[in-house]
Formats: sequence, structure tokens, C-alpha cells
Amino acid sequence: MIRVALVAACLTIGLSAVVAQTNPIVERQNTMKSIGAATRDGAAIAKGEAPFDAAKVQAIFKTYSDSAKKMATLFPDGSQTGDKTTAAPKIWEDQAGFKASLAKFDSEASAASAAATDLASFRTGFGNVTKNCGTCHETYRVKR
Amino acid sequence: MRRLLITLVVFILLGLGGFVVLTDPRVVSPAPEIGTLPAPDIENGKVLFTIGGCASCHATPGQDDRLKLGGGLALASPFGTFHAPNISPHTRDGIGNWGVQDFVDAMATGTSPRGQHYYPAFPYTSYRLMPPKALADLFAYIRTLQPVEGRAPDHQLAFPFNIRRLVGGWKLLYFDGSPFRPDPSKSEEWNRGAYLVQGPGHCAECHSSRNRFGAIIQATRFAGGPDPEGKGTVPNITQHEEDGIGKWSKAEIAELLKTGFTPSFDNVGGSMAAVIRNTSQLSDADRLAMAEFLKSLPAVPSPPKPKAAQATN
Repeated sequence: MIRVALVAACLTIGLSAVVAQTNPIVERQNTMKSIGAATRDGAAIAKGEAPFDAAKVQAIFKTYSDSAKKMATLFPDGSQTGDKTTAAPKIWEDQAGFKASLAKFDSEASAASAAATDLASFRTGFGNVTKNCGTCHETYRVKR
Repeated sequence: MRRLLITLVVFILLGLGGFVVLTDPRVVSPAPEIGTLPAPDIENGKVLFTIGGCASCHATPGQDDRLKLGGGLALASPFGTFHAPNISPHTRDGIGNWGVQDFVDAMATGTSPRGQHYYPAFPYTSYRLMPPKALADLFAYIRTLQPVEGRAPDHQLAFPFNIRRLVGGWKLLYFDGSPFRPDPSKSEEWNRGAYLVQGPGHCAECHSSRNRFGAIIQATRFAGGPDPEGKGTVPNITQHEEDGIGKWSKAEIAELLKTGFTPSFDNVGGSMAAVIRNTSQLSDADRLAMAEFLKSLPAVPSPPKPKAAQATN
């Protein structure tokens, strides 16, 4: 009986993991959270609350670039509503503009990553790249 | 029977007369005395222009120059669509022919130089807290900007909201025309913040829910609600721990106003992004003052979401 319950529990966990992965709304929300976590790390370094660490800085910009590429695939038709999404209809009305914004974020993150050799250059690059957050959210996200 | 009819007609006429008198812009919201003002401080005018978010509605849409105030932006509402007018110093299409008194009247009483009521989509309900001196500074700054040709389309409002005179009745019910009065028991910083948030910043105009006549429900002022433009919800910015921003520190609120980042490093979207573009240009001292005031707001839970808003979320 216990064995059956265990198997059932494992299956449930496995299944919900699969469901979570194939739900683009949940996945894009998680991707956004990883961008937020990277930004938290970056802001701490920029403000001098954490030491400048080249490897960590590269990881932050890599998270941005990887997330930008991933986000471009996470807004298929049919994912306009549900799961408390705050995605704006504009994403589907202007797919080209939306993808161009993500590509800009990606390329600026790569450029900043290459240029960030010390704290000062990191601050400049980080400041520029994170401006993308607000400009993109203004157009492609509803108020919240 | 005949007498009854006559009495009825007389009463209707009296009622109409009363309505006409009471809703006259000069009666319901008399113009403030501006007296003699010192030479305008254009730098202060620029700060007020920034915190006031003038460009957010009045800048010509579809181009990047936020100082071209040609108007035309459409503002959706449950009453219809408003179009922000041209407030550039163009003499024919903008406010180039206005005097200081005209500008003070418009901002503090919601009355146009031609003696018509403005709809409260133009937040004079908040701007009225600015004293005439501040308004004169702001006017002087706007007059330094580039004149832009062209007029915005007319508002498209459903009957009866298209009758401007009715705004007079609205003002009688809901418009408090008093200017900002500092609270001497509070710090100078708190008073500066209270003025910026409630006056030029007009934060409560979006961060509050409204009744069916479009007036802010005072009990839930600052407690957020459905977005009047019909997209999602506007957050609660009272000190409520769960619904509002009670857990944010003063420094975190000031940081949001500077960079748009919340304490969890989310970045605000929708029209708040435009607000951040304005508040990011303020001084750190002004942003901290706004945060100081916001930290003093009583905790108010968010009003329940209407069904329609829930479904689209």
C-alpha cells in the first residue's frame, strides 16, 4: 500500500513538473524571476554592497542574454490569459517589435559583459542594460 | 389640475435655474487671488513639470521629444475617450495666448479661460494643491518650450457625460479647491513629500478606486484598484503589509522612484514606467521626502476586485 502511494506521489510530482515546463506562462514568470535575481546581485555590486567579482558579473549578463533568447519563445498563441499573467496584448499585436526589444536586451547584455572589466565599467554597462526592463515593461506588460 | 401643472412647471424652471447658477464655473470653483507674484523661478517650474508628469499625457504621441506638448494622447475611461489637449506655447493651438491667471485657474479650479469646466481626467483635483507662485513657475517653464501646431481630437464621451456643464455638479459634490496646508507637527521632509505626492505628483489619481461618477473613494485612497484604462490593476501603495507596501523601507520606495525596481527586483510596467521616467529626474532628497510621506499612510486593505477585472487578470 505504501509502495503504491509512493509511486503515485512520484508520478504526481513528475507530472506536475512536466506540466509546469510546458506551461509557457509559468515558465516565462520563472524566467523573469531569474532575471530579477540576477539584477539583485548586480545592484548589490553596483552599490558597493558586494565586492566586484568578474565571474559573477559575467554570470549576471549571461542570465540576461539566455533569458532574452528564451523569452522570445514563451509567448505562443493561446497563452494570452491565465495564471495571473500580466503580459500585455501588445505582445501578440506586435510580435516583431516585441522580439526586437528582446534582441536589443540580449545584444546589450553581451556587449556589457565583454566591456565589464572593473567596477566602473560594470556600473555603466549594468545601468544601460537594466534600462531595458522599464522600456519593455512599459509597452509589453500591463499595470500591476 | 391646471394650477398643479403651473406649479410643476415653475418648480422645474426654478430647478433648472438653480442648476445653471450652481454649476457655473465661477460659482462652483471661484478663481484664487494670485496677487502680485515675484519673478518666476523657471528651474522650480521644470521640477514641477517633471513631478507633475505633464509630458506623460500632453507630449505628442509617436515621437521621442517629451517637451513637444502637442497633445492628442487618447485616455480610455468608463465614460469614453479623452484626448489630452495641446499645452505647448503655440498661440493658436496651444496655451500661448494664456496669462498667468488663466493657467492658475485651469490648474487650481479646473476652469478654462473661456469659462468652461475641464473634465477631471485632467487631475486638477490634485494640482489645486499647488500655490499660485508654484503654478506661475510651472507656467513660465512651459512658455520656454517649443510651440507645436495642431489640435488634439475632441473627447469622445457617451451621453450625458458629453455635457460639460454637468462637471459643475460633479465639482459641487466632489471637488475640494483648497490649497496645500503644511502640517506644522510634522517634519519639513514629510511636508515636502506630502505636497509632492498629493499635489503635482497626483499619485492618488491612479492609485485609488473611483465611484460610478468617477470620483475617488476617499476611504480607499491610495489603496489601488482596477485600472481605469481597463488593463489589469493598479497597486495598493498604503502601508498595508500584505496588500500594500508596508514591508518596503523608505529607501526601497525612493529606489523604486529612481530606477523602477521593486525590493524583489521586479521592474514596474505599464504607465508607471512613464512615471519613473519623471521621478528618476528628481533629486534624491525629493524622492526620499515622497517615501517619507508614503511611509506615514495608514494601512488600508485593497478594495475587492470587480468580477470583470478578475476574469481578465
